[in-house]
Amino acid sequence: MSETCRVIVITSGKGGVGKTTTTANIGAALANLDEKVALLDTDIGLRNLDLALGLENRIVYDIVDVVEGRARLRQALIKDKRNPNLALLPAAQTRDKSAVSMRQMQQVVEDVKAEGFTFILIDCPAGIEQGFKNATAGADEAIVVTNPEMASVRDADRIIGLLEAQELRNPMLIVNRLRPKMVKAQEALSVEDVQEVLGSSVRLLGIVPEDDAIITSTNRGEPVSLADGSMSGQAFRDIARRLRGEDVPFLDLEEKTGIFDRLMQFFSGKR
Amino acid sequence: MSLKDMIDRLLGRPEKNPRGVARDRLRLVLMQDRSALPASTMELIRKEILQVLAKHIDIDENSLDVSIERADGGVALIANIPIRNMRADGPAS
Repeated sequence: MSETCRVIVITSGKGGVGKTTTTANIGAALANLDEKVALLDTDIGLRNLDLALGLENRIVYDIVDVVEGRARLRQALIKDKRNPNLALLPAAQTRDKSAVSMRQMQQVVEDVKAEGFTFILIDCPAGIEQGFKNATAGADEAIVVTNPEMASVRDADRIIGLLEAQELRNPMLIVNRLRPKMVKAQEALSVEDVQEVLGSSVRLLGIVPEDDAIITSTNRGEPVSLADGSMSGQAFRDIARRLRGEDVPFLDLEEKTGIFDRLMQFFSGKR
Repeated sequence: MSLKDMIDRLLGRPEKNPRGVARDRLRLVLMQDRSALPASTMELIRKEILQVLAKHIDIDENSLDVSIERADGGVALIANIPIRNMRADGPAS
């Protein structure tokens, strides 16, 4: 393969911040930009990426079957029904994190690379234990997903330190589930606040607003980035383009304000 | 925004809004998380402080306690050093 393959782990430390949704959406958006994308679900025992992609009924073999030699990699890789550029290597559901060693995970990544993909996105399990170490072992780059909320930012900070220890320096940052109205009302942390406390070693890759469309699209098994008309979908498509090196401005998430909001801004001196 | 916040703003009082509170708490907790030193480093600091102080003060070596703690506005290195006797011949006294 002459084309280079970028191996990116998507991690967060804290659970429930949107790692899997982010992985599915960036993957789908990259595939629509004609990249050849493989998504690796390394959350062994807690398989979820298949649901985000709507591929749960097509799983025959999983990553543990590949590692233990019951299936060849090509048999286990599921091609997305919407876009043949996108493939998923599912996690095992009936095993646990100890089923795959760090070295085996690195080997799986090497084997997937050899299939001619241009992007491999690794969905990392929550936590900082073995599952995290395995998922990050084969990666060359890292994306840290956080919510603008204290606990997840704290965990992101810890993860950034651990990534550095694994030679994954200057990770990219996605602030997910931002609520612009609350930020404006001084009720919630802003993206700038998050960046400031995490320090300059992280590069901001994207800002994704809290969006009901995520819930409905996940219910349908269709990544929100595949359909027009939602802010979150646009944000994920922009992230995919930035990953490919394009200079895409950040979305203006400020909502149009009414006369009451403007009066409040006038009184508070914040315009 | 509550009425009290509004009045505070109109009177130009420094406000403690939830965003500011979260930012301050987060800054502090991260400072504390990041300053977690390995036990071996803490032991080294303890020994070296002892060496310097022992020149001037008679201290109880076994009860010297060094720790990093969260304090007002930041993280502080706290050393608790029980003194047995001040040395009369020390340059400091």
